[in-house]
Amino acid sequence: MNFIHVLRAGLLTTVQDLGRPGFGSIGVSPSGAADPVSFRLGNCLVGNLESAAALEMTLLGGTYLFSRDAVVALTGSDFGATLDGEALELGTSIEVRAGQILRVGPTRSGARCYLCVHGGVVVPPFLGSASTHVLSGLGGYKGRPLQDGDILQIGPAAEPFRKRRIAPRVADLLVPRKILCVTTGPQSDWFSESSRRLFYSATYRVGEQSDRMGLRLEGPPISQRRRRAMITEGVSVGAIQVPLAGLPIVLFVDQQTTGGYPKIANVIAADLHHLGQVRPRDEIRLELITWRTARSLLIEREKLLASAEAILQ
Amino acid sequence: MSGGVQFKPASDQSLLVYFGRRITPRAHEGVRKLVQLLQAEPVAGVRNLHPAYRSLLIDFDPLKLRHEQLAAFLRRYLRRMEGLRLPEPRELQIPTCYGGEFGPDLGEVARLHRMTPAKVVELHCSVTYMVYFLGFVPGFAYLGVLPKELATPRLASPRRSTPPGSVGIADHQTAVYPFTTPGGWRLIGRTPLAMFDPSREDMSFLRIGDRVRFTPITAERFSSLAKA
Repeated sequence: MNFIHVLRAGLLTTVQDLGRPGFGSIGVSPSGAADPVSFRLGNCLVGNLESAAALEMTLLGGTYLFSRDAVVALTGSDFGATLDGEALELGTSIEVRAGQILRVGPTRSGARCYLCVHGGVVVPPFLGSASTHVLSGLGGYKGRPLQDGDILQIGPAAEPFRKRRIAPRVADLLVPRKILCVTTGPQSDWFSESSRRLFYSATYRVGEQSDRMGLRLEGPPISQRRRRAMITEGVSVGAIQVPLAGLPIVLFVDQQTTGGYPKIANVIAADLHHLGQVRPRDEIRLELITWRTARSLLIEREKLLASAEAILQ
Repeated sequence: MSGGVQFKPASDQSLLVYFGRRITPRAHEGVRKLVQLLQAEPVAGVRNLHPAYRSLLIDFDPLKLRHEQLAAFLRRYLRRMEGLRLPEPRELQIPTCYGGEFGPDLGEVARLHRMTPAKVVELHCSVTYMVYFLGFVPGFAYLGVLPKELATPRLASPRRSTPPGSVGIADHQTAVYPFTTPGGWRLIGRTPLAMFDPSREDMSFLRIGDRVRFTPITAERFSSLAKA
């Protein structure tokens, strides 16, 4: 059996996959990789199913030792990784020899970097998924972020090493974007025309308190037309809710499943992966688009990802 | 039951179904019946259901469904709901140790309502609550309706952490925190029951539609139940 020895765990490293949708009625949030596009591509590079469990590193990577030969890939943001001191390329499959040490440093671009390994990381599934939900301490490796000294099992290898890399056309998808597209929220009419104009023209700074549950935006407060009692209702990933104080919160992958604040907008499915790369103190803007455009952007993206040319062999 | 039901896109991958403008037994029954139908006969492309007081958020795969297509499916389901019967509600008890270290806000809640802490406990235990829905975190059940004499606003600033099993009240609702999480509800007691346990067949102790009563227990009883 092959293992990853976690020598240094980094800032917030968790086991993730593509999440556990389907349990909203018992309050379980979908979780899963914050940047699922980078995550899926990483798994393709190492010859896994897109959904195989891997490590999500946040802002600072960590140090990992492999007990046996392994095939890995790093995707997402550039964290300046090295293998036994040699600089590693992002977005390509990498051969690791037994005993070699992978060092993943602090970010040079966005918030998250993925370490995918051929065979996948093995953890007991919770509701069918390996994803860690930190707040409830469920899923992933013992329900928590990795700590120094943890030892993770790797699934059996099914194929020899093959050099693969992400096609430049697809890599464009991963260029961080600071203007996120949104569709109108279910309570957008609770906000006046001028509030909405302000919301779409403002630049928001991402607060330090932001995490996988939600991103807190700092900037001009958005006021409601008049005080109304909101009846708590289900919330969608990417929902932008506005509490009375007026500073928007974007609900993210480890979201609460219901919420009691009005929602002015919702980040589109095709842009959620960009949200996963936004760091605290980054500045973002929001652009309103139509349902039709949101849908065609997603179809376009999925076509590109599914195409035979997405991964070059 | 399609009269009075409203659809509203919430995102490009979700649709909200509203069963009325207010929280009523009829609206909530509509939510539960639609959840029951969607769980028994899933619509291809639907990924997740988020029921609440008078609404259901349906999350779907936008590559497989559009809002209008989903709404068309739902209209067919809604037409069949009138004759649909919900299962008999389960009746459950939540043994709770009130006040002291178990319920640090009990004194403050009593002061706010100008009553004794004992009266707060008596009122909290005096009614049968219904589980309207689960949300926030796994196993967190929104229970209503709190006796109106106890309706209390949330804390001005939420606690950074509430111990698991904490029984809180907020507005007209009460709930038990299943995990150590931040929380803004006023804590009046604590139960030794595990509200969410992934090793159980029914992970969540409570499910939508259950009827629940709180029963007061002593600190000694709390520790013996906690050990069990």
